[in-house]
Amino acid sequence: MKKVLSLLLAAAMCTSVLAGCGNSAGDTADTSSDNGAESTAAAFKIGGTGPLTGDAAIYGNAVKNGAQIAVDEINAEGGIQIEWNMEDDENDPEKAVSAYNNLKDWGMQLSLGSVTSKPGEATATENYADRIFALTPSASSTAVTEGKDNVFQMCFTDPNQGTASADYIADNQLGTKIAVIYKNDDVYSSGIFEKFQAEADAKGLNIVSVTTFTSSSATDFSVQLSEAKSAGADLVFLPIYYQPASLILQQAKSMDYAPKFFGVDGMDGILTLEGFDTSLAEGVMLLTPFNADATDEKTQSFVTKYKEQFGETPNQFAADAYDCIYAYKAAIEASGATPDMSAEELCDLMIQTFPTLTFDGLTGEGATWDATGAVSKDPKGMVIENGVYVGM
Amino acid sequence: MKQSKNMLAGRRDSIISYGIVIIAFVAVQLMILTGNISSSLKGQLVPICAYVVMAVSLNLTVGILGELSLGHAGFMSVGAFAGIVATTSLADAIPLAPLRLAVAMVIGAICAAIAGVIVGVPVLRLKGDYLAIVTLAFGEIIKNIVNVLYIGLDENGLHFSLVNQTFQLAEGGEMIINGPMGVSGVEKISSFTSGFVLILITLFVILNLIHSRTGRAIMSVRDNKIAAESIGISATRYKLLAFVISAAFAGMAGTLYAMNFSTVTATKFDFNTSILILVFVVLGGLGNIWGSIIAAALLTILPEVLRAVNDYRMLIYAILLIVMMIFNNSGIKTRLMEKRAARRAAKQASKEGI
Repeated sequence: MKKVLSLLLAAAMCTSVLAGCGNSAGDTADTSSDNGAESTAAAFKIGGTGPLTGDAAIYGNAVKNGAQIAVDEINAEGGIQIEWNMEDDENDPEKAVSAYNNLKDWGMQLSLGSVTSKPGEATATENYADRIFALTPSASSTAVTEGKDNVFQMCFTDPNQGTASADYIADNQLGTKIAVIYKNDDVYSSGIFEKFQAEADAKGLNIVSVTTFTSSSATDFSVQLSEAKSAGADLVFLPIYYQPASLILQQAKSMDYAPKFFGVDGMDGILTLEGFDTSLAEGVMLLTPFNADATDEKTQSFVTKYKEQFGETPNQFAADAYDCIYAYKAAIEASGATPDMSAEELCDLMIQTFPTLTFDGLTGEGATWDATGAVSKDPKGMVIENGVYVGM
Repeated sequence: MKQSKNMLAGRRDSIISYGIVIIAFVAVQLMILTGNISSSLKGQLVPICAYVVMAVSLNLTVGILGELSLGHAGFMSVGAFAGIVATTSLADAIPLAPLRLAVAMVIGAICAAIAGVIVGVPVLRLKGDYLAIVTLAFGEIIKNIVNVLYIGLDENGLHFSLVNQTFQLAEGGEMIINGPMGVSGVEKISSFTSGFVLILITLFVILNLIHSRTGRAIMSVRDNKIAAESIGISATRYKLLAFVISAAFAGMAGTLYAMNFSTVTATKFDFNTSILILVFVVLGGLGNIWGSIIAAALLTILPEVLRAVNDYRMLIYAILLIVMMIFNNSGIKTRLMEKRAARRAAKQASKEGI
């Protein structure tokens, strides 16, 4: 019996491997015929890496889908044609470099870098060495662009957000005693906190409690919250992503602690989190570049399309990716680049063009880039009222 | 007679191990020279080398010493970060990159070996499951320590602090390890050739160790501790020796690995990485060095090859692992091995007959 079973399994495996081979052979045949068609139809090959599986998959998939919508729209217009390919990096720098190399084999001309910060740093170095231009939608740490003339960002850098948050709190006098809970094994979170603290000191904000958690302890926040509570904090700053933030809100409620909560762009998405009671988020403030409930036509059409195709409300990652593709379109039009150029030629053109662009997108009007690759646009202060964002 | 046969088998294993590595190196070099290599494979060469060294060194602990260690990535982490600090500090003193890498590897190995001694002395008194759990905890401890470690370099030398950055760097100084943000902007100095040399050194040391008097003592401790002690073999000494050598090579592999990416974080060297390396060893066969080499290389390449099937690649990878495990434990393999042994015996007999 056992023998039969193992034989069966082995046979099943063989067929699936063969099927796999068949698939890959089919794929390569497809792409090669695409290549052939391309030289006539002429499409720019844009590639990116991001976590499509694993803990951070929600961000990678948002970018993949957001960019896909932009690519479909642009291709339908008939002018510039774009081929978009996203590879999985599992939020791991090693896998990100492998994924990047895969894209290189595919013939990537322009890159969307990586979705998350650490893989973003790793692939940005490769981008720099290979002279392939990158515009990352959401890898926000400064190390991504530092010292690389051909890597640009669509999102705010972490320091910007920390500083902007502290300024916002100080200028609007939102709180007198501030508690911070941040994730100290995360580049994004600790990067924001560092700058927040520096700016808070400069502005004379009173930080009464700083507590941390890590990915392995991101389920229980009672210790951090009671410390904030006993320190008498009336505002809790949460430079973290929305999943842990949702737990913090829940647990604060259950211990009858009701300070103001202030988040950053990672907080965006909390309202659409499955099984989350949105009444808990009432009064939460956050700085975010994108608001899915905005009434302008561009956002409306993007959100409708996204919901139609992927069945969920887009978060700011999707919007950033959408903007990236349109920023590329704008830059390609402004510079007169053509798809038959090599990645290196395109890279030089883009380096010249991007600092001259003024770009209106979903995540901010009149965004400009400086030569270091950082974007400057205004974060919008939002407060959650009756389950929707309202501009502050 | 039996002994000479064992020695012959040992020599054959060594030759196979060296052979695989050298042939693979030559083949890849030829592919690079003729330009037939994909960037995907080219990018993976150094990680493969690092994983091969990790697997071979863990095989010494798990296969030869017979103790289950689940914290091997911890030693890799120590080696990686020690190596990064060393290469950054020595950037001016030793401008030649390969030499700097070699020095960094030695420093990484020493640091990992020290960590190995610190862990090994108390831990090796335990056995079986207890040892596995303590090594697991050790890996986590290393990860958490590196997560709160701040090291900076300026003209006054190196600055260290834990938990919070308590030092201010002078003008022109730079942070080497920046707490949870890990390391950024490492100069990539690892190359496939350096990885190849490291594998050869690892094989040379570990294979010679296994086939030496010391190696036989280590194996006797594995097979029967009481019997070994009764003939005057100090179990603790040999256990510690094997454990520390294994840790030192993991440190070297860590340095090689870290120097291949511009950024490294402590979270990379977590429990999952330890298990991954253990999977290489188990699939390659406990105590089988060339098996570890092949398993490490194959299982590193496999997920990339499977990219063609997109969403199913993780599923297929997992199924492949299960099938390999079943095969390793199945009657088919035993029968194949028996057949091979029978054929060999027949050949031997016919030779002796002549």
